[in-house]
Amino acid sequence: MSSVQKTWLAFSVIGLLLLSIGFGQSWSVALGIFNMCLISSIVALGINIQWGYAGIANVGIMGFAAVGGMTAVLVSEQPVTAAWEAGWGNLLLAVLFFSITVTLAILCYRRMAAGRHRTIALSATIIIGLFLTRYFLDPAVASIEAIEPAKTGFLGGFGLPILFSWIIGGIVAAGIAWVIGKIALGLRADYLTIATLGISEIIIALLKNEDWLTRGVKNVTGLPRPVPYEVNLQTSEWFIDLISGWHSGYLSTLSTLDRQGALKQFVIEGSSIFVKLCYTGLFATVLIFILILCMRALDSPWGRMMRAIRDNEVAASAMGKNITRRHLQIFIIGSAIVGIAGAMITTLDGQFTPTSYRPIRFTFLFLVMVIVGGSGNNLGAVVGGFIIWIFWIEAEPVGVWLMHFGTAWMDDSNALKIHLLDSAQHMRLFFMGLVLLLILRFSPGGILPEVIKKRS
Amino acid sequence: MMEAIIDLLNAIVLLLNFVVIPALSYGSQLALGALGITMVYGILRFANFAHGDTMAFGTMITILVTWWLQSKGIGLGPLPTALLALPVGILFTILILLITDKLVYQHYRRQKTPPITLLIVSLGVMFMMNGIVRFVIGPNDQRFIDGERFIIHARSFKAMTGLDEGFSLKVSQGLTIVIAIIMVLALFWFLQKTRTGKSMRAYSDNEELALLSGVNPDRVVLITWIIVAILATVAGTLYGLDKSFKPFTYLQLLLPMFAAAIVGGVGNPVGAILGGYVIAFSEVVVTYAYKKVFVYLLPASLEPSSLMQLLSTDYKFAVSFIILVLVLLIKPTGLMKGKVI
Repeated sequence: MSSVQKTWLAFSVIGLLLLSIGFGQSWSVALGIFNMCLISSIVALGINIQWGYAGIANVGIMGFAAVGGMTAVLVSEQPVTAAWEAGWGNLLLAVLFFSITVTLAILCYRRMAAGRHRTIALSATIIIGLFLTRYFLDPAVASIEAIEPAKTGFLGGFGLPILFSWIIGGIVAAGIAWVIGKIALGLRADYLTIATLGISEIIIALLKNEDWLTRGVKNVTGLPRPVPYEVNLQTSEWFIDLISGWHSGYLSTLSTLDRQGALKQFVIEGSSIFVKLCYTGLFATVLIFILILCMRALDSPWGRMMRAIRDNEVAASAMGKNITRRHLQIFIIGSAIVGIAGAMITTLDGQFTPTSYRPIRFTFLFLVMVIVGGSGNNLGAVVGGFIIWIFWIEAEPVGVWLMHFGTAWMDDSNALKIHLLDSAQHMRLFFMGLVLLLILRFSPGGILPEVIKKRS
Repeated sequence: MMEAIIDLLNAIVLLLNFVVIPALSYGSQLALGALGITMVYGILRFANFAHGDTMAFGTMITILVTWWLQSKGIGLGPLPTALLALPVGILFTILILLITDKLVYQHYRRQKTPPITLLIVSLGVMFMMNGIVRFVIGPNDQRFIDGERFIIHARSFKAMTGLDEGFSLKVSQGLTIVIAIIMVLALFWFLQKTRTGKSMRAYSDNEELALLSGVNPDRVVLITWIIVAILATVAGTLYGLDKSFKPFTYLQLLLPMFAAAIVGGVGNPVGAILGGYVIAFSEVVVTYAYKKVFVYLLPASLEPSSLMQLLSTDYKFAVSFIILVLVLLIKPTGLMKGKVI
């Protein structure tokens, strides 16, 4: 089968899966899954840049996604004026001292000759600097968190439309990736992987504990939406007209009294689907935009250089390519895309809950998407994003159903049956691992393997 | 004068009770875990991300057998019943690791796959083990400790010494430290003195040379997995006894364990143990609130108003990570020279 045929086949299978969910369960569920599929594909594209183009295994995806989510809060929430008034002076000083500390530490490291003097100077700078920072930060935090802790207790955001956070989320994630890359890239490949695992845990710990910035585990709920609210749609004239027009054939067969009730039902269902369709439009636009950029990048001389570095670092280095610099570049680009997707996830959820970021769901699942879909192939990453997400969501009901089927012969009060039914949902982890191992063993390129164009 | 000495003693007891002993037992658990990681790293040459879940698997079997023994009324008196169940847990873990090796890793070993691909493969194994553990025992906290709780009671210590601060030593902490010492001594004896141990070290040092000298690679791999299974199950069970068993916590232990292995020098067993204690002590020292210690040591006028805590306990991952990065930047081979087993 040629790669083009394979691509068509893969996307048709995905389409069929979604259609069968739509007919079998409901269109609202199918659209909800489809929306998360779109976002997952964007994350997968970001990881594909790192793992597929350059062979950098980043297991800190969770951290970058969470940073994107945080930006969504900081951009869209209304500023809490009282908190700003209470804490801005000390906060400003804390930020100032922190920046001075970092600058001095970098200067120390760069300008002084290596040796005991530098070590002492460096540690002294860092310890004194951090102490001064804490000296101002602690009262600032206390005063900010004291302002209506049950309702706000944090600084709030900038009150901008939440769509901006998608771009800013990418930029912030890129900035963090730059700092991390500066420190950790250049380590051995497997050390780098472990380092990224640590970074993501630190980021999550920060988001959970720095209440003044993110409200921490108290969560931020009710983020403003970029799309209309169902309640508003249900009362607006044009939407009701649209729905009654859509269902006019069926409605005209009913009596006037029934028609009112039926129309109301249709409007409620329709509003939920309409909102989801709006999200679909937004997400699909971003996905297609990023996908086109990625495909062009991979086809360009830059993409060829990246693959050359991945396949043989020594040879690429001998040809004058700066490996560490390229790796830094790719680490930043990939992380920025994950940051964008992270902001999109929080936008879709309408809330920011730091405790929901778990490595299995937010790091390893996305890695599986890329490897199963096809590392090094952008369309493959998208396919992986769709298929694995559908699998992840549907494995639960299907697993429970299968378990019911398998245990039908047992008595309802059988302890084993109850346990099996309760635990069926956890089997999806098992099957996810199985799929990953099978793909790695029998089709290491994934569903859509990397295409190497031969130019004559 | 007397007053000052008593204050000093109180402060020392406080530190012993809340910093030294917890860090010692946590460090022993980390050291055992890191030893398993370092063995895989040194001999099979990849970073095993499934190690945390291997620990969880072994612990789970141990817990199930413990429950069964408890229901039959069999116990060890003052010691936790889990010790009696441990061999069964180890046996099952050996079995599952050997099956995994046969079905998964063996193929890649023959292909001479690069370590980073093997790392991804181990992610797949991690998923499957995690799934099995959650399927069998569920994602929630499980407690399975029984027998005596304390070796030294805080109250009896106070009565004995007349100090204000109590010192307590939990059975689980005492056990952890003793068992860790026994395990480490046994492992070193094995690696240094026996023929098999020597062949493993040779294999780790230089694979080709070892093969030329007639070392049987399959046997080396087999023994490695058996040792890893023993280390993982014991480490996991001790951790579970000391704190509690929750599958997710074991996944999170990966980071400090990797940090310990790398900080000590990857592939070096002495380094793994040193690394375990370095990580554990820094985590506890940095996240402990020193207010009470200073209250004892400083005159009343200088009493600190804050908790005197450098970092909140949730940042303990940051500590392992920062140490990891620092060591890699300053001494990339780790504290002890790595890559020699």
